[in-house]
Amino acid sequence: MEDKINVFIFGKKYEVPAGATIMSAMEYAGYKLVRGCGCRCGFCGACATIYRVKGDKELKTALACQEQAMDNMYIATLPFFPLVKQPFDIETARPDERIIMQLYPEVYSCIGCNACTKSCAQELNTMQYIAYAQRGEYEKCAKESFDCVMCGICSSRCPAGISHPQVGLLTRRLYGKYIASPSEHVERRVEEIEKGNFESLIEELMNRPIDEIKELYNNREIEK
Amino acid sequence: MYTAEMLASIQKVEASRPSRINMELRRMTAEEKEGLLKTYHPDFKQEEFAALRVGANKGENVPHELAALLEGRSRIKDENIDLNKIDYDVDVLVIGGGGSGSAAAIEAHECGANVMIVTKLRIGDANTMMAEGGIQAADKENDSPAQHYLDAFGGGHFAAQPELLKKLVNDGPGAIKWLNDLGVMFDKELDGTMITTHGGGTSRKRMHACADYSGAEIMRTLRDEVFNRNIPVVDFTAAVELILDTDGKAAGAVLVNMETGEYHVARAKTIIVATGGAGRLHYQKFPTSNHYGATADGLILAYRVGAELIYPDTLQYHPTGAAFPTQIFGCLVTEKVRALGAMLINAEGEAFMHPLETRDVTSASIIRECTTNSKGLQTPHGSAVWLDTPMIEIVRGKGTIEKGIPAMLRMFMKYGIDMREQPILVYPTLHYQNGGIKINIDGMSNIDNLFVAGEAVGGIHGRNRLMGNSLLDIIVFGRSAGRNAAVKCKNVKISELSIEHVEKYEKEITEAGIKSEVISPLLLPSYANKDGFKRKRSVTI
Repeated sequence: MEDKINVFIFGKKYEVPAGATIMSAMEYAGYKLVRGCGCRCGFCGACATIYRVKGDKELKTALACQEQAMDNMYIATLPFFPLVKQPFDIETARPDERIIMQLYPEVYSCIGCNACTKSCAQELNTMQYIAYAQRGEYEKCAKESFDCVMCGICSSRCPAGISHPQVGLLTRRLYGKYIASPSEHVERRVEEIEKGNFESLIEELMNRPIDEIKELYNNREIEK
Repeated sequence: MYTAEMLASIQKVEASRPSRINMELRRMTAEEKEGLLKTYHPDFKQEEFAALRVGANKGENVPHELAALLEGRSRIKDENIDLNKIDYDVDVLVIGGGGSGSAAAIEAHECGANVMIVTKLRIGDANTMMAEGGIQAADKENDSPAQHYLDAFGGGHFAAQPELLKKLVNDGPGAIKWLNDLGVMFDKELDGTMITTHGGGTSRKRMHACADYSGAEIMRTLRDEVFNRNIPVVDFTAAVELILDTDGKAAGAVLVNMETGEYHVARAKTIIVATGGAGRLHYQKFPTSNHYGATADGLILAYRVGAELIYPDTLQYHPTGAAFPTQIFGCLVTEKVRALGAMLINAEGEAFMHPLETRDVTSASIIRECTTNSKGLQTPHGSAVWLDTPMIEIVRGKGTIEKGIPAMLRMFMKYGIDMREQPILVYPTLHYQNGGIKINIDGMSNIDNLFVAGEAVGGIHGRNRLMGNSLLDIIVFGRSAGRNAAVKCKNVKISELSIEHVEKYEKEITEAGIKSEVISPLLLPSYANKDGFKRKRSVTI
């Protein structure tokens, strides 16, 4: 017989197998999930969850698919959070200090409470990346926020109403397009292909009899 | 976390490790690979397949689970759908909000079309989001599209449709440039040179990555761009049937609100099916690395209107799914772990193969190790082998894992396993639908105005796909479908809408003597309650 634990899903008590993730515990209890379930592997941020273990004052947060359920856990999922997403044109946007002021001025209202960092399901240094954004240090903000799955838990805990995931995403796109060095070898190769420089090589390969192609494949040199 | 038996085996892995550092393992010969696949790859288990009794591919084999859905009953057979009450009227309707659907929508929008995305979950709830390792493109000096073609064609057992594969490799560098220009944060050297590595079956290092969040980084950028362009996204809404017009051309879809159950009608001049894969059908009871909605819906919808499938009998089992602990069972352990130098090791501490053979060969080899060779490690779900992750930092230096594969480190660390210090247990997991709906070079199926993009397409990769060619395919063929659908819709005149094909198909099923009570498309797997929980855990390895 499998060990069982008690969990309280939206306050209602259910007995579920020990060792199940929060998501599996909900399913075992009978929930057919539509919201609050996406990739089930910790990448999509659909299953943001807030919980408290009985007797513990601290509210904790997790991705339901990645966190093991615990005995006496009170679970509330947060399948949607109204983040502010400001539209911008990536072609005309520039990585200058103004863009954060224009799009997300609330970052300057950060009171330094660090609730965002404490609540991050990915254990990112969220307040730090917001500080980088305030200072226009977009490269640092982009890198610090890189592992964000945009679940929105941080924003739900923020007294200043900051949409941290969107700020991070904006700086990552600015970094990727404008701050990181351009990849000349990619540009060059695209031009070469457009000019048709590689056309004869691939046509020549495709037109060979299948046995010759197999021979080429099986004996091709593999870069060390 | 590990059991005493596992810890004892780890000692053997550690004992052999010094001798394995810098060891170049032998690659298998073509004959060895062929023999291995025929004996151990799940695609070759005849009893797991059934011949279709109806439709365009009648007589051809598909997995039982897919056959049941293809020969299933329509969700709207007893519904009274009023096709005159049109809720959405657009130029281009994109069904599916993953990478290919989003890329298609962006391009269609760029071409001036009135485009809309419908998706049964949220935009970005897709396999694209979960692609970890990278995206291939031949943009380095020692590489060429022809070399990329050769790798992919051979890796796919010379079964790819040549023109489609040629497009994939030729448009590869352009896809990287497009993503870079949208602001995707690729791993680069300070001078802008893309950092590229090998994948299984590549002969050149052409795997571009964004740490091990490659797909997530691409997906969140595409999603942001869809929002920036104000392209309408109707989420939590699934397509349950396609609508044709009285000329037999695709002209819309019947939609259902996943939360309220309400039906809606969408009319469109062109349609792009971008519904993704099928991992949640758990073929042969395998666990899966796929997202919650990967239930082959697009194949069902398209098949009912007469679209032809290609290679629906070939699936990809990713060699390294997490096999332990149970909580992450089946989740993907990116091939990049092996690209960075981790070897596959059996319970005795022996490296039993080169870690970068193609995925089908690697999976078959792991299955052999765990069955015939009896050199797997026992887990609660069966048997598994080690992926010797501590090798990575011995060879490439401390910090490589945290920088290069942070998601993997995080996933195992949650359960007290530090992959920098200890190896991890892996076994093949159902990962990718190699086959799918057949398209022409423009991305259109044999049904006029019905385009397809992404994992729902078959034929680009042949009978096995190389790592990094899927992220490439969703961008190349997603964009292309979006453009072509936008251009084509300018000359489309829709006749009266019709869903007569649903009844016709139903009749065909009855006449074939099929007494199915399966309702399809499936939309979501059933994991709810004790039975569902058991079913999910009964997937075995």
